[in-house]
Amino acid sequence: MSATTDHSPDNGWTALATLEIASGEKTLPASRCLQIYRLMARARALEECMIKMSKSGQGYFWIGGPGEEAFNTCLGLLVKKGCGPAYDYLHLHYRNSATLIAMGMPLLDGIRQMAMRVTDPHSRGRNFAGHYACHPWNVIPVTSVIEVQYVMAPGTALMQKRHEGGNGITIVVGGDAGTAEGDFASCMIWSSRPGNELPVLMIVTNNGYGISTCASSQHAEHAMIERGKPFGIPGEVVDGNDPIQSWHALLRGMDYCRQKRRPYMIEAHVSRLHGHSSSSGALRIKTEPDCLTLFGAQLVAAGVLDERECEEIQNRAAAEAAAALEKALSEPNPTVEDIRRHVYAPSTVDVVYPDDYTGLPS
Amino acid sequence: MATMVQAVRMALHYGETYLGVTDIFGEDVGPPLGGVFTATQGLKTAWNSPLDERGIVGMAMGIAYAGGRPVAEIQFCDYGFNTIDLLKVAGNQHWAGNGHYNLPMVLMTPSGSGIRGSLYHSHSFESWASRLAGWKVVMPSTPLDAYGLMLSAIVDPNPVMVLLPKALLRVRGEQKLPGEPEDEEELKARIDAPVGDRSNWQPRWPDLKPYYVPIGEATLCRAGDAATVCSYGRTLPLCVQAADQIREETGQGCDVLDLRSIFPYDWKTLSQSVQKTGRLLVVNEDTEVTNFGEHLLRRVIDEHFYDLLVKPRLLMGRHVPGIGLNQVYEQNTVPQLPLIKETLRALIAEPA
Ligand SMILES: Cc1ncc(C[n+]2csc(CCOP(=O)(O)OP(=O)(O)O)c2C)c(N)n1
Repeated sequence: MSATTDHSPDNGWTALATLEIASGEKTLPASRCLQIYRLMARARALEECMIKMSKSGQGYFWIGGPGEEAFNTCLGLLVKKGCGPAYDYLHLHYRNSATLIAMGMPLLDGIRQMAMRVTDPHSRGRNFAGHYACHPWNVIPVTSVIEVQYVMAPGTALMQKRHEGGNGITIVVGGDAGTAEGDFASCMIWSSRPGNELPVLMIVTNNGYGISTCASSQHAEHAMIERGKPFGIPGEVVDGNDPIQSWHALLRGMDYCRQKRRPYMIEAHVSRLHGHSSSSGALRIKTEPDCLTLFGAQLVAAGVLDERECEEIQNRAAAEAAAALEKALSEPNPTVEDIRRHVYAPSTVDVVYPDDYTGLPS
Repeated sequence: MATMVQAVRMALHYGETYLGVTDIFGEDVGPPLGGVFTATQGLKTAWNSPLDERGIVGMAMGIAYAGGRPVAEIQFCDYGFNTIDLLKVAGNQHWAGNGHYNLPMVLMTPSGSGIRGSLYHSHSFESWASRLAGWKVVMPSTPLDAYGLMLSAIVDPNPVMVLLPKALLRVRGEQKLPGEPEDEEELKARIDAPVGDRSNWQPRWPDLKPYYVPIGEATLCRAGDAATVCSYGRTLPLCVQAADQIREETGQGCDVLDLRSIFPYDWKTLSQSVQKTGRLLVVNEDTEVTNFGEHLLRRVIDEHFYDLLVKPRLLMGRHVPGIGLNQVYEQNTVPQLPLIKETLRALIAEPA
């Protein structure tokens, strides 16, 4: 990774505006890189705050995506964000906080969920961290059940393919171990039915593990994306720790799905910087590459930032998370009445529960 | 009169024509077959899916998330067991996601015994389904109720499972559907696909009218003071026959309740009837460990212990791994008319 233009910090903003940062053959404008870096830092700050919460008792179980910020931030920035089939649908798993942050979610909302507050807009204090649901942004509720998002994805994509004049696509994300579930195969089959191909971008974030089980001990396939070949689903493997490469891989995949209205696969190699979850201790793993450090160093080398500015960005992100934590902790817990809320949507044909669940039929 | 399977087909036609149903799909649901029981012949939104029950449920969820109104079919409930975790997710997503999404999907599947279906075409599903919080589960026992419950299932914005009793799918009703032609033969000529080549066949749908059976409302098939009989699905008409025969023999009449909705069930009607009669028989054919009828009995005992004159009865399927093909197995594994009648007679006769 290197800068294509010689740039010294005192060239100021004019130079920054035209500067391109490169990785291999591909480049991104420095301003975009800076935006990505800042978002990655905020996503990292959220994860680190939540890990602390899991240890201090301010939250319980933690699971999340430190080590996936580079790829997931690019995904969030590239999504065609909106509501309904004209926009992209996101079927995510539990390591996608950076995607939501890049889409515009305040850190506060992630922390509200970790703190189980009634103000948690995604699950009302019900679900684990990173289990987002956001109707205005087409984010389908994240569930802990591995891989089920892959069988729902063809459904939203079908509605998008039919949507006149639309180019919305369906993006589905999961881990490498989960691809062993039949749901992954279902997604390939349902997305490639002859004459009924669907715009599904199937993403596998490959961190090499399912909890403690090493991928190489269970999977003979050289790359997950090779499984797409017999179905005519093209794909590529990308270094998910490299935001510039990730950006372009995502662009290629999205463009393909948008224009051809057919499926595409991306396998992103990512790090797992705090192990699987709080259940495995969530300790920092020093041996895996850290995308935030790497990208920071690249931007410093390119003269986009100096080290002090890098630190400042991270400190600001940590302060934002700390303030969000303070706010979230001041907010109310759910009440006993909340237990039943939103079991059912209001129905005109249900004489027992016209509005919502009210306990056993009376 | 229409059969139940014709009634379902007409409800789906009404649904796709007037109620916004976008997709009716499943294994062999589209042309040329139109469903293994013919429930989906001639429908304009019907299509064939891969042989993948999890894929079918997931596809329905995705369509519903994106604003469509799917009716998905699991060909036999016997093949729905590998979808249970997806059904759990479908039932909990509105709640887990803080009400962000509604999931207006219908899952229909033939359930129960009575077609000499051996191990894998005789399962019941309602006890499993009753544990899926967030779902509504209905089970008609007449063509008219099948029509009315299907329309309600379609317009309800929550996941609704329509369990169709396999044994009753080809049985004709006693009441006409609104808009159904007078003559059975005419109906058949209009909406049943011909045997053989049907590539040029088009149905000529009658001018059907809406009819909604509210979800959560039972119907009283027979009225009487001697006892309360509560059932649904295949065993419901057997309960009616048993009650009729006993009335003929002894002059004693019973309340026979067709529950129609498994969840939410009509507690009010059941509760009032039990208070009136003090004697209760619940009949279904799902296996006895653990059975939805046990829940009804538990509530009756909790809330009407002192209203009961004698111990309540519950007839269910036996807790064995399956229903064997030889009719000695089937006849003695799930409740049949003689046992229902004998049990009801004993219930009425027991001194208070
Ligand atoms: C269907 C299912 N089985 C088991 C689990 C328990 N579990 C949670 S995460 C996990 C490993 C997932 O590994 P992978 O798909 O590679 O994703 P990663 O967590 O590594 O991102 C397992 C087995 C689960 N949540 N769902």
